[in-house]
Amino acid sequence: MANVTLRNVRKTYPGGFEAIKGVDVDVGDGQFCVLVGPSGCGKSTLLRMVAGLETVTGGEIDIGGRVVNQIEPADRDIAMVFQNYALYPHMSVYNNMAYGLRNRGMAEAEIKTRVEEAARVLELSAMLERKPRQLSGGQRQRVAMGRAIVRQPKVFLFDEPLSNLDAKLRIAMRVEIRKLQRRLNTTSIYVTHDQLEAMTLADILVVMNGGQVEQVGNPLAIYEKPATTFVASFIGAPPMNLMSTRPEEIRSQLAGSAAADAGILGIRPEDFVITDQTPAGGVALPLTVEAIERVGAETFVYGSREQEDQRVAATPGELPPGEIIVRIPGTEAPAIGQKIRVAAVRSKLHLFSGDGRKRLEA
Amino acid sequence: MQKQAIFQSKLLPYALVAPQLAIVLIFFYWPALQAVIQSFLLQDAFGLSTSFVWFDNYLELIKERAYFEAILRTFFFSFAIAVSSLSFALLLAVMADKPLRGSMLYRTLLIWPYAVAPPVVGVLWIFMLHPSLGVLSRYVRALGIDWNPLLDGDQAAALIILAAAWKQISYNFLFFLAGLQSIPRSVLEAAAIDGARPMRRFWTVTFPLLSPTIFFLLVVNIVYAFFDTFGIIDTMTRGGPGKSTETLVYKVYSDGLLGGNLGSSAAQSVILMIMVIVLTGIQFRYVERKVTY
Repeated sequence: MANVTLRNVRKTYPGGFEAIKGVDVDVGDGQFCVLVGPSGCGKSTLLRMVAGLETVTGGEIDIGGRVVNQIEPADRDIAMVFQNYALYPHMSVYNNMAYGLRNRGMAEAEIKTRVEEAARVLELSAMLERKPRQLSGGQRQRVAMGRAIVRQPKVFLFDEPLSNLDAKLRIAMRVEIRKLQRRLNTTSIYVTHDQLEAMTLADILVVMNGGQVEQVGNPLAIYEKPATTFVASFIGAPPMNLMSTRPEEIRSQLAGSAAADAGILGIRPEDFVITDQTPAGGVALPLTVEAIERVGAETFVYGSREQEDQRVAATPGELPPGEIIVRIPGTEAPAIGQKIRVAAVRSKLHLFSGDGRKRLEA
Repeated sequence: MQKQAIFQSKLLPYALVAPQLAIVLIFFYWPALQAVIQSFLLQDAFGLSTSFVWFDNYLELIKERAYFEAILRTFFFSFAIAVSSLSFALLLAVMADKPLRGSMLYRTLLIWPYAVAPPVVGVLWIFMLHPSLGVLSRYVRALGIDWNPLLDGDQAAALIILAAAWKQISYNFLFFLAGLQSIPRSVLEAAAIDGARPMRRFWTVTFPLLSPTIFFLLVVNIVYAFFDTFGIIDTMTRGGPGKSTETLVYKVYSDGLLGGNLGSSAAQSVILMIMVIVLTGIQFRYVERKVTY
């Protein structure tokens, strides 16, 4: 049981590359914190710094009220689940789980109790004598989990633990991890590049980009009020529609105080409705339907705007300029080539400064 | 994926393997067959008459005390060379595996001794440790050791083991380094988080994961110590003093070419051939199947 606090944490590699450029995060006792971001954003590096596998160039990492910058991984009282599971290939499942306890000089009887309890929880009891190579991917993943929980550490660290599993198993294990964490009530830090995994697991979501934190907070709060255009397009699938406010067509509709300074307008696909009316203070856009994806419960409409925008600041997952995604119920489906008009109400508009770094309240 | 090559002509594939087959037949099977035949023959001292004696040469060998001693000596040499060379190479490989500045340079330097021919290795070590010429002999004597490998059989044996092990370190080092680098970093990191200190991590994780490499090298080193040390022995001690450094291979040479007893020499080489076949069999059976963990 412990808080994890990162204070202005920095990492510079010997070559001069700045992987982490000053990160502040506070994870409360028993909370599940997810670090999410595109590959290369420094999220794994940050986790490895908390684990003690990477040195800290600047700032402080505090686990349970103790600054651990100079403390060996073994003495930080953490457990880590690796992406490739990192099981000891020459040891049985039982010994894989018992190894960390034996290293700490625990009595064999106590080890046996703990390992068997963990095996029961993770449904591994029947395969304690097997070697890792005799297990399926999902089973290996659970052994890696077991190795972490038998230790009863202060903090669990997860480095993309589900990315080697197939899609169906990934969802099942995601739920398992969440349930297990709730029951053990152990502070956890989890790294992923999958925004859906991040949204469903996190108590606190940390969105990272280029070695910096873009936004920290409750996942739904982040979804509803993304602080930057990067967060807006990274969280949520399909991503938020971002468009320049420069064209007269949009500018004229954004009559308001903050809107005058705004350079970028964002609207989530599900906040559009197909209608001929323009809600008061809202935005309406005429579209030509280019493509349609019907996935059953919902339909995605890909439309092009009649006027080409100037390109909005380049961010991952960004749409080609002028293209708008609209998400409508699965029962509706306009025809391709049809001209439609979509509108969003004032409260669903997201306004950002021209560089996309600042959210403006409408 | 298609693994079989398709040839238009039926003769071409045979023509392509023919040179290889010819080499194997002429330089291996034919002399081997000669050795087997020779081992059943007995010649008089002047080579004027030859008689077929069945297994007499082998029976004589079994009764010969010097042969028994040569077997023991060879096993001891092999064991000593393999163990010292393997352990020292492993130590160097573990050091070289660390991400240190200039690691490429000393990795390269450590590989060089492998390129030195065995007789040259022998000459090199003699220059260093010759009782009167050797540059290091003074210091050995300064330690209070009465150093004279030309007269003292045990010291001669130690010298042979030292030189032979030294030469083999490079080869072992190369394999150990590759073996160490194939261990996933995350497994060692997991062990570090699991509370294993570096020494314990080495013995409980690294060493067991290296066991296929160790086993492979053990067989290779034994074969090396059995056969490839001939050049070193010949340049350094010629089997002496007395017979204190005469291994099985050297005895084949000295009994046959120096002693003129071709029948016995042939019988000894047939026995060596059988040993090599057994060792190779073990290696194929265990190493190729990768059953070690």
